[in-house]
Amino acid sequence: MSLFLETLIGGLLAGTMYSLVAIGFVLIYKASGVFNFAQGSILLFSALLLVTLHEAGLPFVLSAALTMLVLIAGAVVIEHTVLRPLANRSPMTLFMATLGLSYVVEGTAQGLMGAQVHALDLGIEDVPIFFGDVLVSQFDLIAATTAGTLALVLALLFNRTRIGISLRAVADDTRAALSIGINLNRIWQIVWAVAGMVGLVAGVMWGARQGVQFSLSLVVLKALPVLIIGGFTSIGGAIVGGLIVGAAENLAETYIGPFIGGGITPWFPYVLAIAFLYVRPAGLFGERALERV
Amino acid sequence: MRRHLLSALMAGVLASTFLAPAARADGPAQYVPLPTYRVGAYASSGTLWWAGERDYFRYINEVEGGINGVKLDVEEFETEWSPDRTVEVYERVKNGKNGEPVAFFFTHGTPASYALIEKAATDQIPLIDPAGGRTESTDGTVFPYAFPLLFNYFSQASVGINYIAQKEGGLDKLKGKKIVTVYHDSAYGRETQAAVELLAKKYGFENIQVPVADPGNEQSPQWRQVREVKPDWVFLRTWGVSTPVAIKTAQRFGIPADHIIGDVWAGSEADVIPAGTAAKGYQALAPYPGGANFEIHDRLRKTILDTGKSDLKDPKFFGAVYYNIGLINAVLAVEALRTGQAHFGKRALNGEEGRWGFEHLTIDDARLKQIGFEGLLQPIKLSTTDHEGGGAARIQQWDGAKWVLVTDWIQADRETLRPLIEAKAAAYAKEHNIVPRNATAEN
Repeated sequence: MSLFLETLIGGLLAGTMYSLVAIGFVLIYKASGVFNFAQGSILLFSALLLVTLHEAGLPFVLSAALTMLVLIAGAVVIEHTVLRPLANRSPMTLFMATLGLSYVVEGTAQGLMGAQVHALDLGIEDVPIFFGDVLVSQFDLIAATTAGTLALVLALLFNRTRIGISLRAVADDTRAALSIGINLNRIWQIVWAVAGMVGLVAGVMWGARQGVQFSLSLVVLKALPVLIIGGFTSIGGAIVGGLIVGAAENLAETYIGPFIGGGITPWFPYVLAIAFLYVRPAGLFGERALERV
Repeated sequence: MRRHLLSALMAGVLASTFLAPAARADGPAQYVPLPTYRVGAYASSGTLWWAGERDYFRYINEVEGGINGVKLDVEEFETEWSPDRTVEVYERVKNGKNGEPVAFFFTHGTPASYALIEKAATDQIPLIDPAGGRTESTDGTVFPYAFPLLFNYFSQASVGINYIAQKEGGLDKLKGKKIVTVYHDSAYGRETQAAVELLAKKYGFENIQVPVADPGNEQSPQWRQVREVKPDWVFLRTWGVSTPVAIKTAQRFGIPADHIIGDVWAGSEADVIPAGTAAKGYQALAPYPGGANFEIHDRLRKTILDTGKSDLKDPKFFGAVYYNIGLINAVLAVEALRTGQAHFGKRALNGEEGRWGFEHLTIDDARLKQIGFEGLLQPIKLSTTDHEGGGAARIQQWDGAKWVLVTDWIQADRETLRPLIEAKAAAYAKEHNIVPRNATAEN
């Protein structure tokens, strides 16, 4: 029983790390209906920039602040050069643009800051804490707290601020939002900047666990099943989806893996996501798309 | 005046034809195409590896004037470690360039070695993949054009087990021990399984295999499983990001780092630095030891690094494990070409001649000293039947800041493993209707 509990709790906590990545996708999808393929590259770029500045001798907080400024500037540049010229194009066109953008961001990151692996020490030891016989990772507990706090801050931003309400208006009906004077371009800039900062938080947490290196951009592969399960338009959905994916893949690896050769964690969440697509195509918390025909 | 000018021009043309630099006197340069990965997921390893390779080739060209005067024309092709792109590169370069022949092709990755093994046999181009490749291609009678040089995967498993035996006080002390292999769930990761199984039967230890699927950035279920086993030792056969994650997760589950032995491709600075303090005490097989205190480094420092000709962007990586991998791969190729030239003449060699060069490659202690690789490279001797030639590694341990060599060369139990290699090679020969070469006649 303790093995089951430990696996379940460990999986749930690991799942919050996936949620951190998925939230970045949700923000942009909510505002523009675009699946941002470049989110992984932005995550890599932001973590690499932070660690490069920190290694150059700047204090951690100052490095983080400078990285955020660069992310805000980057959001403005992306909106001007990529999104604005493609306004009113199909979602597929915008998706392909973000695909191209991901190569540019990755290339810029490696070109400017090199390809070497960097350690990122947040001062959080990845040591076990025991609750009876059940082992829980201290690092995962802090990651879960970070994800929860981030979700809370974003919920406040969207529900309690003028910017958030404007953003929801754009997401609900872009034309109607434009007609009442909401500046769509400014909203896109804000959303991309916030998604970049979410990427930074995710990049820092993942970077502390596995080192800051190119493969950080691949952690987004875990975000896709999370989004399908939780829904593409809900931050709460991203959290719940992450918990489900984390718990399911850990339990499956422990209890099903030994019977089918093991190593099933990469594909099991996708099987789960396909099952959800049959039952709830919009995900648990996603908005069901209704179109007049 | 016009006649004088014409005569001078003619003299110039004749002089340039007959008095060309010695390096070009006997014909074209030796073409050396390199499929590389300086961008993408594996660039952190690649950029140092190619720096080592290129620096040594540059040293040969610029300091030694080429191999017996034959310059090396090195050309890189970016593949991002993708086997299909490596195959594309191979197809583009296999016929040489501007009359410069190809004597061998570095695959720079086991998947590419697998993908090219049949094509290369048809084209008669030797595939060189030190410490990688298809293990059964050690048997050159079935695989004349594949060279898993230096340290094949079975030898990696065997040296790992032999080192554990050393630590336990002898091979007889392995009986009843639990040795877990945590492996990257890929062709590379699975390549040692047959060898470990054989050694487990011979020495009586319990063999537990735990796969980690790519990319391996979350490994709690695997290490929970390892903890349940209560292993005496863990053999870590991961790659890329899965190594630092494994070391950190192992620490969380109470597996001591000094009881984890990493294999060749889990033993570089990039594998331990991200793991921070959790990696202190971690050990790894080192057919390519880290460090810049070998004789060849002194030579390169003087002639390449300090003169600003190095391919390294940051000199602090001079002597890093991946830089040294590049040096060793390059020197193996240079020495094989030298061997081939001694037989065929001082000129650029083609694939068939390159194969002969590799199959007759011998680097003994005296030669190692002469070329400055003593302690960095093991003595090596290849033949028609043995395309590996070495089969040894030292063990290095991470002290929290650098790799420290803790043993001399440990030899694999090649006699025990050879029948397994021959059986797999024979199965391949049967499947592909290959009649093995007569080794005695060829030697």
